[in-house]
Amino acid sequence: MNRTRASGRTVGGLRTLSLQAPAVTLLLLWMIVPLGMTIWFSFQRYNLLMPEMTGFAGLENYEYLLTDPALWSAMGTTLLLVGWVLVITVVGGTLLAVLFQQDFAGRGIARVLAISPFFVMPTVSALVWKNMMMHPSNGVLAWLAQSLGLPALDWFSSLPLTSIIIIVSWQWLPFALLILLTAMQSLDEDQVEAARMDGAGPLAIFFFITLPHLKRAISVVIMIEMIFLLTIFAEIFVTTSGGPGLATTNLAYLIYIQALLDFDVGMASAGGVIAIILANIVAIFLVRMVAKNLED
Amino acid sequence: MATLQLKNITKQFGDTKVIKGIDLDVNDREFVVFVGPSGCGKSTLMRMIAGLESASDGDILIDGKRMNEVGPADRGLAMVFQSYALYPHMTVEGNMGFSMRLAGVPKEERRAKVLEAAKILQLEPLLDRKPKALSGGQRQRVAIGRAIVRNPSIFLFDEPLSNLDAALRVQMRIELARLHEELDATMIYVTHDQIEAMTMADKIVVLHDGVVEQVGSPMALYHHPRNRFVAGFIGSPKMNFFTVEQQSIGDDGVTVRLPGGRPCTIPVAGEQLASDEALELGIRPEHLQLDENGPLSGQIKVLERLGGQTSLYVQMGELLITIMADGDVAYRVNDTVQFSFAAERAHLFDAQGLALESLSQHPLASLTRQDNRAATEPAAPGAQV
Ligand SMILES: Nc1ncnc2c1ncn2[C@@H]1O[C@H](COP(=O)(O)OP(=O)(O)OP(=O)(O)O)[C@@H](O)[C@H]1O
Ligand SMILES: [Mg+2]
Repeated sequence: MNRTRASGRTVGGLRTLSLQAPAVTLLLLWMIVPLGMTIWFSFQRYNLLMPEMTGFAGLENYEYLLTDPALWSAMGTTLLLVGWVLVITVVGGTLLAVLFQQDFAGRGIARVLAISPFFVMPTVSALVWKNMMMHPSNGVLAWLAQSLGLPALDWFSSLPLTSIIIIVSWQWLPFALLILLTAMQSLDEDQVEAARMDGAGPLAIFFFITLPHLKRAISVVIMIEMIFLLTIFAEIFVTTSGGPGLATTNLAYLIYIQALLDFDVGMASAGGVIAIILANIVAIFLVRMVAKNLED
Repeated sequence: MATLQLKNITKQFGDTKVIKGIDLDVNDREFVVFVGPSGCGKSTLMRMIAGLESASDGDILIDGKRMNEVGPADRGLAMVFQSYALYPHMTVEGNMGFSMRLAGVPKEERRAKVLEAAKILQLEPLLDRKPKALSGGQRQRVAIGRAIVRNPSIFLFDEPLSNLDAALRVQMRIELARLHEELDATMIYVTHDQIEAMTMADKIVVLHDGVVEQVGSPMALYHHPRNRFVAGFIGSPKMNFFTVEQQSIGDDGVTVRLPGGRPCTIPVAGEQLASDEALELGIRPEHLQLDENGPLSGQIKVLERLGGQTSLYVQMGELLITIMADGDVAYRVNDTVQFSFAAERAHLFDAQGLALESLSQHPLASLTRQDNRAATEPAAPGAQV
């Protein structure tokens, strides 16, 4: 009964609908217009370099894209990037949350410092990593390697995707930490003590008490991060420009290459539509999983 | 066999001393209740016994063995928390079997033990539920069940019933008493509730500000409180106190002048009293009688009718005196009443707040719960008493 009321379908349906209308319309326009335009362009011959070539292209753009090895490589890169960053941030975030929950001197400051990378703009952080951390001659990592007597590594040419994953993880780890730390604070201390009385050591407490308690927060972190990680762009643009070759070209970057480097709007739109479909497939699975998690 | 001894236990958090040297003996199969005002250190003491908190100083002995350095899981104790502290993501069975799972007990054996405990607590139909789907009383029972399956030598309960409503509390109280019988276990129990303390305890430990004020059977504490604090704490409604003037000290007790001016001889030993020492007289509300010729009088300010009884709050000078009277008294607010008491029911406290020793022991003061039972159950035929 509450539910029908909340959706405004039974009680004063018309009146609530009229009040909802502006917001719904705005959101609909906001979503439908760009989506419609993208779909429309994806079926057009539309290359800014060849203005004389116009007209309906049918599935030509899609055909070209789907048979283009670059698309599959970009999909793979996207999934690798998202997957690894999720693993690193969730595992790292959980461990850090446990660590920062302990009582130690300067905990407050340590917490703020650990969370601060989240407030750095992606472009800026990518630049910092490129020029100050991973630079083959001036970078901190190169200096570290040298002082250990190891050869300096040119990160972006020898381990391009790994470098991107490190940078993005560095940015998103604080987010995971923030959410998980908050969740951690709601863990009932009595439960931990009851487990101690039952004979649980630190590891057993982590796996049987802490982790189940964090399950919900972890699924929220995964969902939110996934939405943003599917469209990572600035970090790639600033550091590797998708290279070497296609090594760090993800879907977002591929669309950018098509649309703005090759000026092929039709092709880029088709790529966009494919990206949307891909994101939706992922989202459906994810939403299912999270929703199930939130239920119990 | 399970005994517990505390020897000069102290606990300090930073600079504040919370437990200030406690000695205590708990005998096998005894039901010991800790009572005391909020913040007096009951939970801290309990947690030190459990091993969740280390003692700053002193010895904790279980069955004669020093346990200070032994971890909470290895002391052979089980604790039931006020918040139940059930594991929310595990079923009832999972909760109850968790300690055995950690200990690597095979599944069938685990299940058998859980079932056994579930039977005692009537939890069998609920074994597959999660704690969220249980009522408060059921959760409490699961928490107790989790303790039972560990087969502990001593059970610790920290205010286990305080989250339940009044009716359920009575029911669980009876159930706990039954459990104590059935399991033949030693139990230590923290409570705020006078009735729980009085009805369940073999021995009550009154704590105040980190020290033990008195240890004794419920009736001993009620009839012979050692000091003013215990006198005020045990019994509900609270004991009335008023200052009285000392008149003379004799063999039959100490004669004092009551607020109205009349003398009264209280049968307590007063040899050690200084002749001008200020005294305080304590008398429980249920021991004051309305009496037209009574030595005390006052004006009724509040009148609470409970049906069987009536509580009168009577203004006497500066003091508000509580009287428990019969349910049928016809007085109304602002009436003036006279009242009296039996001298042997009164307690006298010296300037330090210590009770003067009664000249005679109350006949029930040495009564234990076992005696209670022997009196109500018919003796077995041919039994020697
Ligand atoms: N970890 C701690 N650090 C500092 N002080 C503490 C700590 N734990 C308890 N205390 C203090 O110790 C005192 C006793 O606390 P405790 O929890 O034992 O009281 P209690 O008798 O159980 O009270 P209640 O009846 O309200 O449960 C309190 O003054 C409390 O503030
Ligand atoms: Mg407490």
